[in-house]
Amino acid sequence: MLDFKLDEIEQSGDFYTRNFQPTPEENKLVLNMGPQHPSTHGVLRIILEIDGEYILRAEPVLGYIHRMQEKMAEVKTYPQYLPNMGRVDYLHALAWNWAYAGAVEKLMGLEVPERAEYIRVITCELNRINSHLLWWGAYLLDLGAFTPIMYAFADREIVMDILQRITGSRLTYCYYRFGGVSADIDQKFINDTREFCKYMRGRFPIYKDLVTDNIILRKRVEDIGHINLETCRKYGATGPVLRGSGKPYDVRRAEPYSVYDRFDFEIPVYDEKDALARYLVRMDEMEQSLRIIEQALDSLPEGDYIHPKTPKNPKPPKGEAYFAVEGARGKIGVYLVSDGSKSPYRLKLRSPGFSNLSLFAEIARGTLLADAISILGSLDLVIPEIDR
Amino acid sequence: MMVKKIAQTLTGLWSLVVGLRVTGKNFFQPQITVHYPREKVESIEGYRGHIELVPKDNDPFTARCMACGSCARVCPSGCITLHIKKVTEPAVSAKKEDNSQKPEQNNQKAAPAKKTKTKRVLEAFELNYNYCSLCGLCVQSCPAGGLRFSDNVYLAGFSRKEFEFDLLARMRAQKEGK
Amino acid sequence: MINLPLPLIQILIGLIGILAFVGLNGLVLVYLERKIAGHIQRRPGPFEVGPHGILQPLADAVKLVGKQLITPKGADSVLYWAAPIISFAPAIVCFLPLPFGPKLTNIDINVGLVLILAFTGLNVLALCLAGWSSQNKWSLLGAARDISQSVAYEIPLLLSVLPIMMLSGSLNLYEISTSQGAWPWQWHIIYQPLGFFIFFICILAETNRAPFDLPEAESELTAGFHTEYSGMGFGLFFLAEYSYMIVACAMASILFLGGFNGPIVSGWWWFLFKVYALLIVMIWLRWTYPRVRFDQLLNICWKWLIPLSLINLLVTALFIKL
Repeated sequence: MLDFKLDEIEQSGDFYTRNFQPTPEENKLVLNMGPQHPSTHGVLRIILEIDGEYILRAEPVLGYIHRMQEKMAEVKTYPQYLPNMGRVDYLHALAWNWAYAGAVEKLMGLEVPERAEYIRVITCELNRINSHLLWWGAYLLDLGAFTPIMYAFADREIVMDILQRITGSRLTYCYYRFGGVSADIDQKFINDTREFCKYMRGRFPIYKDLVTDNIILRKRVEDIGHINLETCRKYGATGPVLRGSGKPYDVRRAEPYSVYDRFDFEIPVYDEKDALARYLVRMDEMEQSLRIIEQALDSLPEGDYIHPKTPKNPKPPKGEAYFAVEGARGKIGVYLVSDGSKSPYRLKLRSPGFSNLSLFAEIARGTLLADAISILGSLDLVIPEIDR
Repeated sequence: MMVKKIAQTLTGLWSLVVGLRVTGKNFFQPQITVHYPREKVESIEGYRGHIELVPKDNDPFTARCMACGSCARVCPSGCITLHIKKVTEPAVSAKKEDNSQKPEQNNQKAAPAKKTKTKRVLEAFELNYNYCSLCGLCVQSCPAGGLRFSDNVYLAGFSRKEFEFDLLARMRAQKEGK
Repeated sequence: MINLPLPLIQILIGLIGILAFVGLNGLVLVYLERKIAGHIQRRPGPFEVGPHGILQPLADAVKLVGKQLITPKGADSVLYWAAPIISFAPAIVCFLPLPFGPKLTNIDINVGLVLILAFTGLNVLALCLAGWSSQNKWSLLGAARDISQSVAYEIPLLLSVLPIMMLSGSLNLYEISTSQGAWPWQWHIIYQPLGFFIFFICILAETNRAPFDLPEAESELTAGFHTEYSGMGFGLFFLAEYSYMIVACAMASILFLGGFNGPIVSGWWWFLFKVYALLIVMIWLRWTYPRVRFDQLLNICWKWLIPLSLINLLVTALFIKL
């Protein structure tokens, strides 16, 4: 039979399990959650120290899907880097598209035609709804409900069909170009989108009945994972996490880019600071996105969809630019330094998921294992975006 | 206090009934699934397959491509390789037999002698679809409008080799097929 | 010729019948579960193997049987393989005293109810062994959850059964069945709506069904106590779970819904109909709700179900006395 010593097993872990400062408590269990775990949404790994089911310490280990996105920018020309942006955050690819295109445009001083701006707003908001829908389904999957994700996927399918006609892809979009978008929208797109807005409004009550009002769900998300504003500030949390903590900060309002200042929409804010607040922020945001889309469709101007004099191989002048947009998970920032050559000198991507995950270690302490999963889900993590 | 708690519990229980009603209703609604091999998805409009060459309007066996190579240069993943031969032909008349036999010699000899034109002719358009990320930059960069996306949604293969295409041969084969 | 005593022959035949019934029911239930889940989620469920996927559970079973049995490194192999058997074997025994029809009772013993309650309790032991011997931390957590959950829910379960014993004055399941009439207003559920409600919640928890499927909560504990089991090790746990579901629903229908008594013609068909109706409700619940948290689960038990069932018991006792 196998001669087995428990010490050997303890010793056999990898760098992270062997080299981390254990908490002084006794009778604890060190548990690896991930990189393969149903609730870590990909390859996030969390080292947990637990006492019974109470978490003494949670430490996220990152980098399992690091792809050197920032370094890649330095060896590619400006347009060549565009498809990368669809792969950073595959759920809200268009926001990343926008952040990068916006930064380059800012550096080049390129004017985006008004119609292109409107198209960008419409498609980006559609993508945001898509992202939130997937989050909704996946979050409930984490909480043990299987059915909502199927309903969410059915609705996502409609958006993906709409976007596919225009952009050609269903998930990793590469649609925005410097000075506009790669293809114009047509009447069918407009009609389909309007129809979708109507359809989606009819779906929200079902979602509310099935999930939001459900007492079991309420008990699972209420009063869990309080994130106060101070913690948000410390870690730089943005997006629904920050708005769920009671701060109405939205890049679309705070630093209006594109044509967002022309639309009438609200920024959902909840003061409860818990997982339920973040949940409700996202649910409300979907409705606000629908409002923005409808307004944009109503006032869609005629004109070019891309700036006619966009250089094919742009060489932005020496300098630097920062462009931030509001993604589904928070503030997406692209910081670009150009040395005047045809590829960027340095590109820094600020991914909201990284900041949002960072505070997990702090708020997970002392919670139950099941709560930690609920909190993790409520942060809406997309691991490729965190690792970049 | 006690009454409030019981009322809360009752509304909570009622929410469970409401949830059951939603799933129960959905049980009797028609399914959305498309049974793939028997049925096909309708919404493939705008689907981007791998790129393909656009033939000339007047000659379906010649590509619009003028072999400038801008698509190969712009491609982020380097999937496109152009095999170009330089053909020199007199400006006035066409002597194609000579050119096709020994193009390189012709090029060297004929260039200084007469008033000739060097033409880049596409021999093969090699696409390695394995590395393509379907961004569409090549299609946009083409000055002749010589590239477009194919619409073969059901492309599948058993090895990487099957996704290395010669688009020129493919275009001709397709035309002959018709 | 060997002279076997009649009861032994009866039990042997019954066991064979029950094994066939359990196996068949497992297949039917898996199919039913997946089909209902599919339709609730607006997809067809299994569809490819056989017409409307009717042979899918069979194909899955064959696959499970054909799989290699793997004992994880460092696991206690004796306990590890004993656990699925200990889980499955008592489930068979539980079928013995069930009155399927007026003349379809395998062993007619006067403590049938107690026998079933006792043998279902053994399942906890099996899950505990499985979790402990797997040498896997997730399994251990799953087992710990299961023990506290099962032990806690056993109490309201018994307390909600007691009034039925008082009403029918017997522990014999056949007599409990016959003490109820054919029509729904003659069933015990009319006198014991609260008891039925509590009983149903308890059997959900006892059989680890959603929303109380904490021991195997796959989004939290990957797969709970059976994380490490492969092939038929997992298959037996699976079969045991479905068998316990059937036993639990059969108990509910005998105690509260009149058993094999039904309008027009009483018989085993009514019994099966009631059992399956309850099973479908269980499946329906699973595909609707999120999972409750562990402390909430225990709170529901200690703060709501036990006091309520105690009140129910007292009120019933009072009424019987009056």
